[in-house]
Amino acid sequence: MANNYRLPSGGEINRTEIISFKFNGKTFYGYKGDTLASALLANGVHLIGRSFKYHRPRGILGSGSEEPNALVQIIQDKAKTDPNIRATQIEIYEGLEAKSQNCWPSVKFDVGEINNIFSALIPAGFYYKTFMWPSNFWEKYEYFIRKSAGLGKSPTDRDTDIYDHTYYHCDILIIGSGPAGIASALVAAKSEKKVLLVDEKPQLGGELLSSADNCIKINNLSPLAWLKKKYKELSKYKNIKILNRTTVSAYHNYNYLIMMQNFTDHLPEEEKKGKIRQRLWKVRAKKVILATGSIERPLIFNGNDRPGIMLSSAVKKYLNYYSVKCGNKIVIFTNNDSAYETAIDLHSKGSKIQAIVDTRESSSGDLPKRCNDLGIKNYWKYTIVSSAGYSKVKNVSIMKLSEDNSGVIGEKINLDCDSVAMSGGWTPVVHLFTQSGGKLDFNNQNFCFYPKKVMQDQISIGSCNGTFKLKDVINESIEKSKQYLDQKYENIIEINEINEGKLENIWLLPSNKPLGKTKPFIDFQNDVTAKDIKLALREGYKSIEHVKRYTTTGMATDQGKIANMHTLGIISEITNTKMGALGTTTFRPPYTPLTIGAIVGRNVNQFFDITRKTPIHSWHENNKAKFEDVGQWKRAWYYPNKNESMFDAVQRESKAARSNAGILDASTLGKIDIQGSDASEFLNRVYTNAWNKLAIGKCRYGLMLNDDGMVYDDGVTTRLGENHYIMTTTTGGAASVMSKLEDFLQTEWPELKVYLTSVTDHFATVSVCGPHSKKILDKITENIDYSDQNFPHMSFKDGLINKIKCRVMRISFTGELSYEINIQANYGQSVWEKCMEVGKEFGITPYGTETMHLLRAEKGFIIVGQETDGTVTPVDLQMDWIVSKKKYDFIGKRSLYRSDTMREDRKQYVGLLTENPNEILEEGAQIVSEIKNKPPMSMIGHVTSSYYSPNLNKSIALAVVKNGKKLKGKKLYVPMKNKTIEVTVSDPVFLDKEGSRLNA
Amino acid sequence: MFIIKCPYCGERDHSEFSYGGEAHITRPKQPTELSDNQWAEYLFMRKNIKGMQYERWNHSHGCRRWFNMARDTSNDKIHSVYKIGETPPK
Repeated sequence: MANNYRLPSGGEINRTEIISFKFNGKTFYGYKGDTLASALLANGVHLIGRSFKYHRPRGILGSGSEEPNALVQIIQDKAKTDPNIRATQIEIYEGLEAKSQNCWPSVKFDVGEINNIFSALIPAGFYYKTFMWPSNFWEKYEYFIRKSAGLGKSPTDRDTDIYDHTYYHCDILIIGSGPAGIASALVAAKSEKKVLLVDEKPQLGGELLSSADNCIKINNLSPLAWLKKKYKELSKYKNIKILNRTTVSAYHNYNYLIMMQNFTDHLPEEEKKGKIRQRLWKVRAKKVILATGSIERPLIFNGNDRPGIMLSSAVKKYLNYYSVKCGNKIVIFTNNDSAYETAIDLHSKGSKIQAIVDTRESSSGDLPKRCNDLGIKNYWKYTIVSSAGYSKVKNVSIMKLSEDNSGVIGEKINLDCDSVAMSGGWTPVVHLFTQSGGKLDFNNQNFCFYPKKVMQDQISIGSCNGTFKLKDVINESIEKSKQYLDQKYENIIEINEINEGKLENIWLLPSNKPLGKTKPFIDFQNDVTAKDIKLALREGYKSIEHVKRYTTTGMATDQGKIANMHTLGIISEITNTKMGALGTTTFRPPYTPLTIGAIVGRNVNQFFDITRKTPIHSWHENNKAKFEDVGQWKRAWYYPNKNESMFDAVQRESKAARSNAGILDASTLGKIDIQGSDASEFLNRVYTNAWNKLAIGKCRYGLMLNDDGMVYDDGVTTRLGENHYIMTTTTGGAASVMSKLEDFLQTEWPELKVYLTSVTDHFATVSVCGPHSKKILDKITENIDYSDQNFPHMSFKDGLINKIKCRVMRISFTGELSYEINIQANYGQSVWEKCMEVGKEFGITPYGTETMHLLRAEKGFIIVGQETDGTVTPVDLQMDWIVSKKKYDFIGKRSLYRSDTMREDRKQYVGLLTENPNEILEEGAQIVSEIKNKPPMSMIGHVTSSYYSPNLNKSIALAVVKNGKKLKGKKLYVPMKNKTIEVTVSDPVFLDKEGSRLNA
Repeated sequence: MFIIKCPYCGERDHSEFSYGGEAHITRPKQPTELSDNQWAEYLFMRKNIKGMQYERWNHSHGCRRWFNMARDTSNDKIHSVYKIGETPPK
């Protein structure tokens, strides 16, 4: 096993467990505890992928979730492949297979690299500028742009993993387990309150994990040893729950946070089986302590993106935690003291420091002094002006900075190296803080934004609060936590004092070449250079939000964790605006990408939505019904005989219903029980027609409007008693009608004594229609006299079926003689079966919703939601007869007299007959009065329903047409793709205008 | 995601509630006597305030009661909840 860059001992990896994995098809070895990044670095592999736009070779920059470059595709199968996984976060396991992205045919030889050569031709806004004209060419461009867009490949098969959701309530949530988080947890644990401590990494500790004991000692222990001791201490407390591999994605109002916990991504395939992959936590915390730390910034110089050029903190972590040297000849490049710690650690482990290049004049700090004592060469007030090397950096050229740092002077010095560790200072991770509504302020000493105005019950501590020195971080965290939690805690932590020199910030480092000839990358993932930012400003973009979108800086999957500060810095320098005044772009959730699986959780397949089934559902199933989704309901659509097509089945069912008997499951209709002494007055106000004179035992059709006068719902309401009604609503409208009625009762008419109860699920409704329906009903029910005198149309009778109470209503949606049996839901199927048995000799035929629609269309009855779309008044529907003129008010009345609703040329409800009676119109087809050679033609309406009527032997359709009432008998046209269909406007009632069939 | 204190049930999660728009818009008692403009004012016009807003909420997955809320729309702080018919707090 190679591992040439692994130190012989040390680190936190488990050397007894050797793990093999594949990268780009080649087998490598690493140790348990390695990330893909650390294992590859141990094998000397720096080249991981290609950049997004210019296809430049890219390596590993960081060591955690901030990584912009080292994105890989994890290969499993078509269902489980994962794109854009950061090599710095994925832990290796036996059998892991990863691949570079955005390169073809291979990462070492990539055809797309031609973009790099032509990069001068593809500046910011290239796509906007180039693909503008000719405008109708967009579809052709789009194909190629889409092909080259995106980094990884998404899975093509269904995800087979299991995901989970959980709700959690706690008193104190601590986010981040670095020195600040640990210190705060020590205080919180003592409080006996319910504490949750989370960290995105596999191990707690944050920055402490990468510290050797060369520089800092805590209570005379190395930071790592102290951490382990404290972790042991914390684990003893029962009131604290610790979650690792858990990232807080979002911080919402009222301390509501979303986090994702990863369970199996680090396990080999066979251990993943049967386990939950990820869990989404929905946490409500009384108090939140943000200890999210900070991210080191790169330096922006020409050629700063070569593989091998890394953040100094990452180099330190690979060295101390993973025991991996990122190079043998390292150049340190910095503008602050923290990189000197990396230099000291590297030096102590045998890496040669070629030189430390520092952009500052000098530093008064302790660590630079120690480096000097160790004999490490320091170039003060120097900058790197260029770098060389293809798959890994080979050398860098440095030059002296001019007095005002705007240019370089003197001779160029070449430094051979195989790695560069750079540090541009630290950026507090304020993502969650700003998501929670907090406001930032700019610190001119550390050149960073830090939390200023807090909007929720929370505090920020440690380096996410702009406190960077370890000693200060721990002390501040303990003190602030004590105060915030009102908790006593004896602080006995001793840390040695290290003097630090001041950071001196230069957002864009000069080169000996003009900016146009250089490549100082700011956003590594989206390939945005300082040039692009300047170009955007030159072209007039001023707002940071606009510059961001125009250049796409900060818009990659890392959301600018690395890039954003430099973008702001450069804009502020050019526009001469103060950083604080410039503001920042909006930090939006999620902090790191979430899987769609975690968001969806268990809400898949049958759990995706509620499925409602009628009490007669199993009969429909057993009799091979095809089902239709109506809202959440499964309704029988039609019942095909053997190989019968839908058309044939519906024709057969429709014919049978009019010639013999048909039976329909109408249980899904909404049913609202209305009681109270003001029930009649209430119905008067909600329906357009009058209700106070409806006799007990009678039924009436009602039309309900919104206050804007548009049809909202319809249905039959029956008066069961003096103060008792039962209202039926459309299947889809049941819930919204119920809440609308409740709304009016509670808020507008609290004086009405009316009580509403939804009883939709309490009753099964079996509708039997056709000339033989009366005979069938008579054989089934007891105690009901079916004579027309005793039981006329639009009335109901109570009866018994097998000693069970039932309510039979004589109402009709088909135009046939028709009865609806309502019975307690669990008897529904037996009543249905009885109807089928008794009806056999009369040729009873079950029919579904499609036949129901056809039958009512023959009669011209509307379906709310099919003939209406929220813009149709009862007058438009030619239903003036149902709108009371006498009533003082009802919902929607006033709107029927608005100038717009009274317009003569509104779209009105009509029937359509095709010239060729066998031609069936398409529902939704547009109607025109005048045919032109090609569109546009002025559209005057559309087809709302269309069927072939087996009872009339011709095609019929319903439509809404401008000024339709006056067009009766006129010819109109329905232009289709290949033909034009001629139609004649007719009355919407096609069959039995006089209604004689109701009493057949 | 707010925590809302239903005046009938107490503190509950946002997901149990539904929003009902601006509060204290009384439906005119004599709509027929209003001009088109006056009726349109009631029907369509809403304030859309940045700052303290009085609004209607329904505990739709709970007691199903409607109530009013005073909420600062600029930071989503809920200042008070009160029953229908009660006068809004200042």
